[in-house]
Amino acid sequence: MRRPHVSTLMMAGFLTATTAVAQDKPVLTVYTYDSFVSDWGPGPRIEAAFEAECGCDLDFVATGDGAALLSRVLLEGAGTEADIVLGLDTGLTDAATKSGLFAPHGQESTAYSLPVDWADPVFVPYDWGWFAFVYDRTKTDTVPADFEALAASDLTIVIEDPRSSTPGLGLLLWVKAAHGDRAGAIWEGLADNIVTVTPGWSEAYGLFLEGEADMVLSYTTSPAYHLIAESDDTKAAAAFAEGHYLQVEVAAKLAGTDEPALADRFLAFMISEAFQKEIPETNWMYPAVTPGTGLPDGFATLIRPEKSLLFAPEEAAAIRDAALVEWQTALSR
Amino acid sequence: MADSTQPLTFGLRLGAGAAATFVLALTLGTLGAVLARAGSFAALGPADWAALRFTVTQATVSAALSLALAIPVARALARRRFAGRGALITLLGAPFILPVIVAVMGILGLFGRAGLLNDGLAALGFDRISIYGFGGVVLAHVFFNLPLAVRLLLQGWLAIPAERFRLAAALGFGPSDVARHLERPMLRAVAPGIFVTIFLICLTSFAVALTLGGGPKATTVELAIYQAFRFDFDPGRAAHLASLQLALCAVTALVAARITVPSAFGAGLDRPVARRDAGGAGLRALDAGLLTLATLFLLAPLAAVFVSGLPRLAALPEAVWRAAFRSVLVAIGSTALTVALALPLALAIARRGRARMLETVGMLPLATSSLVTGTGLFLLLRPVASPGDLALPVTVAVNAAMALPFVLRALIPAARDLEADYGRLALSLGLSGTARLRFLTLPRLRRPLGFAAGLTAALSMGDLGVIALFADADHATLPLQLYRLMGAYRMADAAGAAVLLLALSLGLFWIFDRGGRADAGA
Repeated sequence: MRRPHVSTLMMAGFLTATTAVAQDKPVLTVYTYDSFVSDWGPGPRIEAAFEAECGCDLDFVATGDGAALLSRVLLEGAGTEADIVLGLDTGLTDAATKSGLFAPHGQESTAYSLPVDWADPVFVPYDWGWFAFVYDRTKTDTVPADFEALAASDLTIVIEDPRSSTPGLGLLLWVKAAHGDRAGAIWEGLADNIVTVTPGWSEAYGLFLEGEADMVLSYTTSPAYHLIAESDDTKAAAAFAEGHYLQVEVAAKLAGTDEPALADRFLAFMISEAFQKEIPETNWMYPAVTPGTGLPDGFATLIRPEKSLLFAPEEAAAIRDAALVEWQTALSR
Repeated sequence: MADSTQPLTFGLRLGAGAAATFVLALTLGTLGAVLARAGSFAALGPADWAALRFTVTQATVSAALSLALAIPVARALARRRFAGRGALITLLGAPFILPVIVAVMGILGLFGRAGLLNDGLAALGFDRISIYGFGGVVLAHVFFNLPLAVRLLLQGWLAIPAERFRLAAALGFGPSDVARHLERPMLRAVAPGIFVTIFLICLTSFAVALTLGGGPKATTVELAIYQAFRFDFDPGRAAHLASLQLALCAVTALVAARITVPSAFGAGLDRPVARRDAGGAGLRALDAGLLTLATLFLLAPLAAVFVSGLPRLAALPEAVWRAAFRSVLVAIGSTALTVALALPLALAIARRGRARMLETVGMLPLATSSLVTGTGLFLLLRPVASPGDLALPVTVAVNAAMALPFVLRALIPAARDLEADYGRLALSLGLSGTARLRFLTLPRLRRPLGFAAGLTAALSMGDLGVIALFADADHATLPLQLYRLMGAYRMADAAGAAVLLLALSLGLFWIFDRGGRADAGA
């Protein structure tokens, strides 16, 4: 028993050593999702860039995925340590607004490079993408041009569960936005194409890469990762005639922040060049404001849907439960 | 057993009490914290009840199948001696200690639509088969739990003293006589507990059922809890569902305790077991066939993980190695804590003869939703300290509690035998306190303790558990880092990290388990 005790003590020391922070600088605490702060996400570079100009300590706190992020803030309530929450999407912002925990951003109007108008007084967008079914060009010849064609084909797909994943919820809203009352019928048609429904994006994308399905619900930007990071041009996204549903990722300031000026400064920094230029090749999404240097070369090869679909946050929240029942009924047959 | 009941010493009472309190705080205490936050239970909908039905059905089938398949495999391992048997036993344990997503990828490498099995079928001109659905969920659960069942049953077989087999040989017992007089009584003693353990593991399954379930038909209670927390922000419903899970756990554990019949083989002299009852060529071929099949089923998916990840191992980013170091520290800390909790609990349960409440408390962590535990701990600890600072200690504590049921499963039968065989002798010799621990308890429990410590270390290497709620950027463990790699499209690096995780888990398991049976000749 003696040896493990020593290890526990060592670990305790190790912990206190890593949690020591500079005491003299103001600290801005930003809650975000896990993949944002990972060594392969935008977090580390953005932290360095902001700290170089703010004379502050930027502290990212990772909390799982986007839904976990919101539930953590709701759990903490007004006593939260967060000054900023970064990483909600429009499927979640209605619940966030209704909590009354967030304050208006007060930023001047910005010319966003979003395919839709954006005038939300509380949430500032930092990146966005279109949901799309991604496939391997060397394996799939006939690419469906809409949901009907996909349902009629014998192509296999992997999707994410709308009850546990934001892309899954995005697909649910996509079908609803594109087909309205016929959404249930579309799901029934898709039922025999669906190989499985995964808890999150990572599992679905992993299954697709292992060859378990012909297509996976991901983003139009996914092929850019393979092209730029792996020099692999075999992946492509299918363009659907109905239009593509948007995911807009946003951040907001907490009403109870003790660093309101610094929080405002961060939100302004977030839509500046220094932040936005990191987005395409770390988060693999479109930046909310296209940087002066433009997008990376690989992005020019991506499909650009002509029609973008997006429910207003309160609309998305209102139809979610009914759409979920529709989905469950169609797929449980 | 009633006649072997002995008074509990003050030290043992204190230790067992502290351990039980710790477990109750982490299970019922955290649930209470969630409930307090919610105000009251919220009503369940029809979808929740459907989830409960599916969960119980798949858990029952998975547990029954795992146990039924494990019995012949464990018997084959118990009565055969061959080169590499020890290594095979260690390797066969591997699926149980793998992080779920890694194991699922391995299973798909073999049974998936693009897996080896289907490629073989296609090459022979047959249609490809799909494992997604109820069958896939059960297949994955058997893959995970068969190794655990085999190991726990094997402990039971090895606990039958060599003298009993010598007597059986002297009396001219054939395999069926050995089964009736030695093996079946042993199974009556250990099998119900193993069934319950596996049933409960499958009860709280989340990612397996979701990834291989094929759709919303395969919804488990754990997913309903997840949904209640994350998307509906309805802690009342989450608490209600979690209470149902706990009640199910308590009922199953009590039923199992009722049908368990303790074996009474008496003490032996720890001679190596020579099995003269299993010499027939037919039996030998049967055992060889069984072991080959089990090895293929359990190790081929691991080989698939290994082959796809090995090329990337050397090129893994430094952050992954740092996370690996942190995970090893967590594993060692959890192991120390679990052993410190489990030993007094097991001894107290064994000495009391009938200690169903204590045994049920020890099983509670199995039926606890990790999301509820994490959230409850978060609510309890947040007023005291910043969650990020507590990430690693909380992980250690939760891993220790989560591993406790498995450890107790391995320790309790051995502790019961110890008390029945040596308890009165120790009492009459006045052997007590640390002397008894040093000269009787630890030497006699060495083998199950080593196995239990290895299991804990390996489990806490691979467990994501509650770290996600507490983690911040600097405190990532290896499984979390693996998920981060996958989240960043880096599936190839994730496969490399999976190999590292597999190697470290197996390595830790091997070191502890080996230490436990260094002199056992088995």
